[in-house]
Amino acid sequence: MSAAGRSSRERVLERIRKANFGAARLQEPIPRAYEGAGSDRGHAQSAEVVALFEERLHDYDARVFHVHQDEIAAKAAEILKAADRRRIAVPAGLSATWRADGVEWIADHELSADALNAVDGVMTAATLGIAVSGSIVLQHGPTEGRRVLTLLPDYHLCVVGAAQVVETLPEAFARIDPTRPVTFFSGPSATADIEMTRIKGVHGPRFLDVLLVDVLLAQD
Amino acid sequence: MSLVQIEPGGHSSRILDPKTAPPFPDAAKTDLRDTQLRRNVVRATDTIQGKRAALVAEKSDWQALRDAGAAIRREALANLDRYLLEFEQRFQAAGGTVHWAASAAEANRIVLQILQREAASEIIKIKSMTTAEIGLNEYLAQHGVAAHETDLAELILQLGGDQPSHIVVPALHKNRQQVREIFARTMGLPDLSDDPEALTAAARQYLREKFLRVKTAICGANFLIAETGGITIVESEGNGRMCLTLPETLIAIVGIEKVIPRFADLEVLLQTLPRSATGERMNPYNSIWSGVVPGDGPKKMHVVLLDNGRSRVLRDAIGRQTLQCIRCGACQNACPVYRQTGGHAYGSVYAGPIGAILTPQLEDMRHAQSLPYASSLCGACYEVCPVKINIPEVLVHLRSRVVDRGRRKLASFFDQERAGMMAMAAVFANHRRYGAAQRLARIGQRTIHHGEAWYHWLPGMAGRWTETRDLAPLPQQTFREWWHQRGRS
Repeated sequence: MSAAGRSSRERVLERIRKANFGAARLQEPIPRAYEGAGSDRGHAQSAEVVALFEERLHDYDARVFHVHQDEIAAKAAEILKAADRRRIAVPAGLSATWRADGVEWIADHELSADALNAVDGVMTAATLGIAVSGSIVLQHGPTEGRRVLTLLPDYHLCVVGAAQVVETLPEAFARIDPTRPVTFFSGPSATADIEMTRIKGVHGPRFLDVLLVDVLLAQD
Repeated sequence: MSLVQIEPGGHSSRILDPKTAPPFPDAAKTDLRDTQLRRNVVRATDTIQGKRAALVAEKSDWQALRDAGAAIRREALANLDRYLLEFEQRFQAAGGTVHWAASAAEANRIVLQILQREAASEIIKIKSMTTAEIGLNEYLAQHGVAAHETDLAELILQLGGDQPSHIVVPALHKNRQQVREIFARTMGLPDLSDDPEALTAAARQYLREKFLRVKTAICGANFLIAETGGITIVESEGNGRMCLTLPETLIAIVGIEKVIPRFADLEVLLQTLPRSATGERMNPYNSIWSGVVPGDGPKKMHVVLLDNGRSRVLRDAIGRQTLQCIRCGACQNACPVYRQTGGHAYGSVYAGPIGAILTPQLEDMRHAQSLPYASSLCGACYEVCPVKINIPEVLVHLRSRVVDRGRRKLASFFDQERAGMMAMAAVFANHRRYGAAQRLARIGQRTIHHGEAWYHWLPGMAGRWTETRDLAPLPQQTFREWWHQRGRS
């Protein structure tokens, strides 16, 4: 950094300190009287919470399929074939047991943007579901893939375990690892920039299917 | 910054620069005649307000969220130096670079230097009001760098040679036919329909090539997180995620006030921001990360921390709450003045109530002095503000600062309004003088009162009142006189 840069840093900090001189330098206690504050209700989520999550996903025109752990591969293949999606990108760490025959699975070993732009869709796991807002949280580990993987393809098939669904945003934040990158997505990409008409799919995936697994075991 | 931008079609359009903008009442008079604009603005703000109201109503803890959000933002500002240094340290530990810019000109220079080192002749951009504030696109254009806006609304404005009129929905003053005309002309699509779906698809196709090709991106930020060195970007379309993950180099230009203390503070602000801004329980995409993420996204990550007048705003005990703003635009949608005039009349990228208090303060009260008066002080903005900025309080405070500035000038010694106000102050300070003044005024009234129920015209300075309002005549008996009489009988 240049000397001029350093001096601006000192100048700005100096101005801030002067401006704040006398202003209460308090650690103001934050009143956290809102719902879900300071709580993590553990891992057993009620059926109502999962039902609300599903309802919110439907609001976003996402499709939701209930499956058991051992049906993931078969259901995924069935959905993909029905929509004629043949070439599906997956994070390199995604369990082989989720990938049924009959679909061309393309593991993401640093696929180029052009290659990702050309696949028919992507299938990943997720970190969390948030019922109130119908959001899915990705932390981009080995089963969720790097950030661009779930962005360029036009279709996303996402596997979420019922035990991963929390009710509120504060509960979600209690579980998110702040040292890893985070992406929230809530339904398909959208815009309302033209006459406030909500249009699905500007740049991110236009179509979202969710496999909701009753019990999702840790992957081998 | 150049004052006039020439768009491809050859029309010129105004740049929103508070230093040269006409006073609000003059600009508003012009815009109020544009009935199409007024229809578009009312329609858009009605829609957002309706959606917002429904989603706020379903939150029984809404007021608790506002209280928490306000306290978080206040705490951040009270310890701003510490939180900025904490952010800087963590962000750089994660492989990013932090720059500090005292002014708009310095921020622009820093960005250009980075781009020149990268030999970048074009960049892709996420919507950022901060870059509009510093005139970055115009500056880069003068130095041979083409900036491509990728947010749909910003693209509409850029291709149409237009300026933002709202902080969340910058092109809300354009309707679908107008957007169709711009896209058809600039994208070479004469057969394009005016269906929003078709227009969006045209933008998707137009921009995808740029996302895949351009290697440098510029963004703003919704929040910086001190505790984790994190950047948060809240968006709808996915153009943000494209710019954050595909390029090799990413530069974020962020006002110093945007820092929040803790990661978990987002659990409050990410509930109130989308509900207030677009009337959604959650906007489609939020991205949070720090520095360079190994094997994922840009390999070089810069943050330019911009002061440009903010530390001066912090100095004002009443005005500093302006910096709590999280840029949701709810005050604009709720404001009866903004809803009539639209955003351009404010002469700043920050329009509406928040602009009326932010712009004059950023300009050190030297420009945009008419903006604190662009309000009826109805309080609708305060009521919807998710971080409880008392905008009416700041408006009144800034009006007094405008008057105080005028007071220092010698010419004001002879100013009629000032003399009038001083006389009024003397009259109101003493009940005898007040009673005498009422009697005097009633006698004076005889010369102009001819039995009308309302005055539509008054002579002299009082005429400024009747230019836009009626005034009731003074009554034959005042309350005080009646009370006095009643006590005797």
